Amino acid sequence: MLNFLARRTLTLIPLFFGITLISFAVIHLAPGSPIDVLADLNPKMTAEAKQRLVTYYGLDKPLHVRYWQWLHRFVALDFGVSFSADRRAVMDKIRESLPITITINVLSLLLILMIAVPIGAYSASHPYSTFDKFLTVFVYVGFAVPTFWLALLVLILFSVQLEWLPISGLTSLDYAKLSLSGKIWDLTSHLILPVLLSAFSGLAGLSRYMRGSMLEVMRQEYITAARSKGLSEAQVIYKHALRNALLPVVTILGLSVPGLIGGSVIFEQIFGIPGMGRLFYTGVMSRDYPLVMGILTIGAFLTLLGNLLADVSYAFVDPRIRRGGRA
Amino acid sequence: MKARFFLFLFLSLYGCGERERAETREIGAKPPAVSREPAYGDTVIEGSIGDATNLIPMLASDSASHSISGLIINGLLKYDKDVKLVGDLAESWEVGQGGLQIVFKLRRNVRWHDGHPFTARDVLFGFQTIINPNTPTAYAEDFRQVKKAEALDDYTFRVTYEKPFAPALSSWGNLVVLPKHLLEGKDITKSELARRPIGTGPYRFREWISRDRVILEANPDFFEGRPYIDRYVVRVIPDLATMFLELKAGGLDLMGLTPMQYKRQTSDAFFEKNFRKYRYLANAYTYLGYNLLEPKFQDKRVRQGLSHAIDKEEIIKVVLLGLGVPATGPYKPGLWFYNPNVKKYPYDPSKALALLKEAGWEDRDGDGLLDKNGQPFEFTVITNEGNALRLRTAVIIQERLKKIGIRMKIRVIEWSAFINEFIDKKNFEATILGWTTGFEPDPYDIWHSSKTGKKELNFITYKNAEVDELLEAGRRIFDQEKRTAIYRRFQEILAEEQPYTFLYVPEALPMVHARIHGIEPSPLGISYNFDRWYVPEGLQKYGRLAISP
Repeated sequence: MLNFLARRTLTLIPLFFGITLISFAVIHLAPGSPIDVLADLNPKMTAEAKQRLVTYYGLDKPLHVRYWQWLHRFVALDFGVSFSADRRAVMDKIRESLPITITINVLSLLLILMIAVPIGAYSASHPYSTFDKFLTVFVYVGFAVPTFWLALLVLILFSVQLEWLPISGLTSLDYAKLSLSGKIWDLTSHLILPVLLSAFSGLAGLSRYMRGSMLEVMRQEYITAARSKGLSEAQVIYKHALRNALLPVVTILGLSVPGLIGGSVIFEQIFGIPGMGRLFYTGVMSRDYPLVMGILTIGAFLTLLGNLLADVSYAFVDPRIRRGGRA
Repeated sequence: MKARFFLFLFLSLYGCGERERAETREIGAKPPAVSREPAYGDTVIEGSIGDATNLIPMLASDSASHSISGLIINGLLKYDKDVKLVGDLAESWEVGQGGLQIVFKLRRNVRWHDGHPFTARDVLFGFQTIINPNTPTAYAEDFRQVKKAEALDDYTFRVTYEKPFAPALSSWGNLVVLPKHLLEGKDITKSELARRPIGTGPYRFREWISRDRVILEANPDFFEGRPYIDRYVVRVIPDLATMFLELKAGGLDLMGLTPMQYKRQTSDAFFEKNFRKYRYLANAYTYLGYNLLEPKFQDKRVRQGLSHAIDKEEIIKVVLLGLGVPATGPYKPGLWFYNPNVKKYPYDPSKALALLKEAGWEDRDGDGLLDKNGQPFEFTVITNEGNALRLRTAVIIQERLKKIGIRMKIRVIEWSAFINEFIDKKNFEATILGWTTGFEPDPYDIWHSSKTGKKELNFITYKNAEVDELLEAGRRIFDQEKRTAIYRRFQEILAEEQPYTFLYVPEALPMVHARIHGIEPSPLGISYNFDRWYVPEGLQKYGRLAISP
């Protein structure tokens, strides 16, 4: 088992550096450069001034030299300094946004699970019933409706008309002066709409998957056996079918782990949330190479880690994989 | 998106106007009848679509950073309500030796927010920092013209130029004033002042939550007197629709409206009662520029004809919902150097056709398109992706030109490719773009024939000997009357030659909560006297703030 783990990990290392190399090359292929923001159509920028900036950012060096420098810093876990005017460490910027995005994503994923599993299970146990059809329409509406439009509608209803919830941001102006419970409510009230909406838009995938998986299980012989034993329908469904139907769903959940750090640009834009989506987007638009590389690298790392964990857990349950097919 | 946003601000250091026409209007709620006496206290919250990046002015290039640092950090000079340069940290100044030397007398008893006294050495230090090649700034050029800068004593600062350079005067704003005692011997790019600035201005820095909000508080020791508003907050809300809802729900006191919001969404009783709307001409104009290396655009009659064929009023009505004025040249109306009496090009298709015919373009083969030497009149206009106003403008022009027999194609290109592959390489026939303008008239880099190289700003390759002479003279003379004459003549020539069809000057449309008083609109906009804004006692929403002296 250890041998297997070591082998898998070793193969991931070149893969990881391959990803960073390709990412580095690709982001430099896009037209434009970080100094464009300062230099494009700016009457105050002479050719010499532009040249000074190019040198300052090290853009005059060939690509492989720059990648080597980046790698050099990276092995010391230093993502460098952002090219934007604030000159802050890339790591600081990511550290500010990451907890916000992870919180929202985890909450909405939990919410999706809590709703999608019962929906899927119900739909599968009552296929083609009116309520099943209703649920199908409901989740597809969530999937299909443009989120920015829906977000604005709920903002108008809950925040402007009813004045129940705040509109944008994560905290109120006087957050620092609130008591602990006040702070918790303040944060919660700011998170309700973004979390609800992102859960609504993500409901379709998981609930349909759940329904499919459950229908599949319901056709199995052991369900027939359970029924023939005289178990009640509820026992059959919730004890025997549901558990087995959940397995593939859990796999899907595992695959969504890297997605937890990726924020949605649209949600963050509408609700004014300083998360990873906008950080990455503005980084790309202003050709902030260190920042973009930083986020891509973390994403690559998490994806590979997710894959490794999946492999390991498969190996754990299936000896054929563990022995590398030599059994 | 961000790049375009920056672009607008970048070009902001040269200028525009005409005094006889005060362009700012105010509509909406009348101030209520309670006491209108100025009072201390309350908070003003402004919405911004982008976060500030760096609060050291010379290192920032976005408008969000500059508008915040402008409240914290003073310059030597500033513009007053009538767009005249007046002293800020400088008490007075003198231009001597035929414009080669400027001597600034500085205010005494000014202190940095940390209590350290402000002296001429801080200005000298700022100057040395901005011309240091290791300082990544976009603003060094004006200061590189300086031959020598000296702090003669604590309160006298003298600069000597190689050649007289009139635009230099306005450059002595807050770009070059730095607290020497906090920065000396340190790398400015790593200074914590970028995120916790220390200045001499009416507001002190309080807190900055990245990409969320910046909070400033009144400086009780401000040398022109403590500002009335206790606290100023900028909230970052990247979406304009959300920002508008936030304003409506009371979370914001001030935001810039879109023409649609101004015209259609803010005229009901609620807004009439709670807000006041302002409009003034923005420091920007949009134009259709012709590549003068293209043979078909080299004849000025063709360009004049095209200008007559385009209905600017229609563009303003449709694209800006009427919230703008036709541009007649490279300056906005309302400033001293603006020339209102230049040749204008009202919409007149028959005149357009006559001018084009003179230039040899007419529909000889009856296919509905003008032609010359067997070639139909067709060209492609390029513009950048993401600017809906420019695209709509292009579509309207396309329709108008089609009516007189010119086929115009429109191509929209992503910003970086647009600049690098098309504009910089002069690889275009015509383009719709905008320039931002300022309060200094010198547009040397855009119109002088020496600036037609690759990646330079005279990318339409306009060359006119008289314009060259005027632009050279204009930047060497300090006398305002003489400069006025020079730049008025310059506008006459551009109006006659139409290297651009100048399209429109849009209006800025801020809306402010009605409890806020003391706003005096000027061609500068409304926020230039923010430290004199106030909320009368009975109307304060957030109350007083405990501010330590």
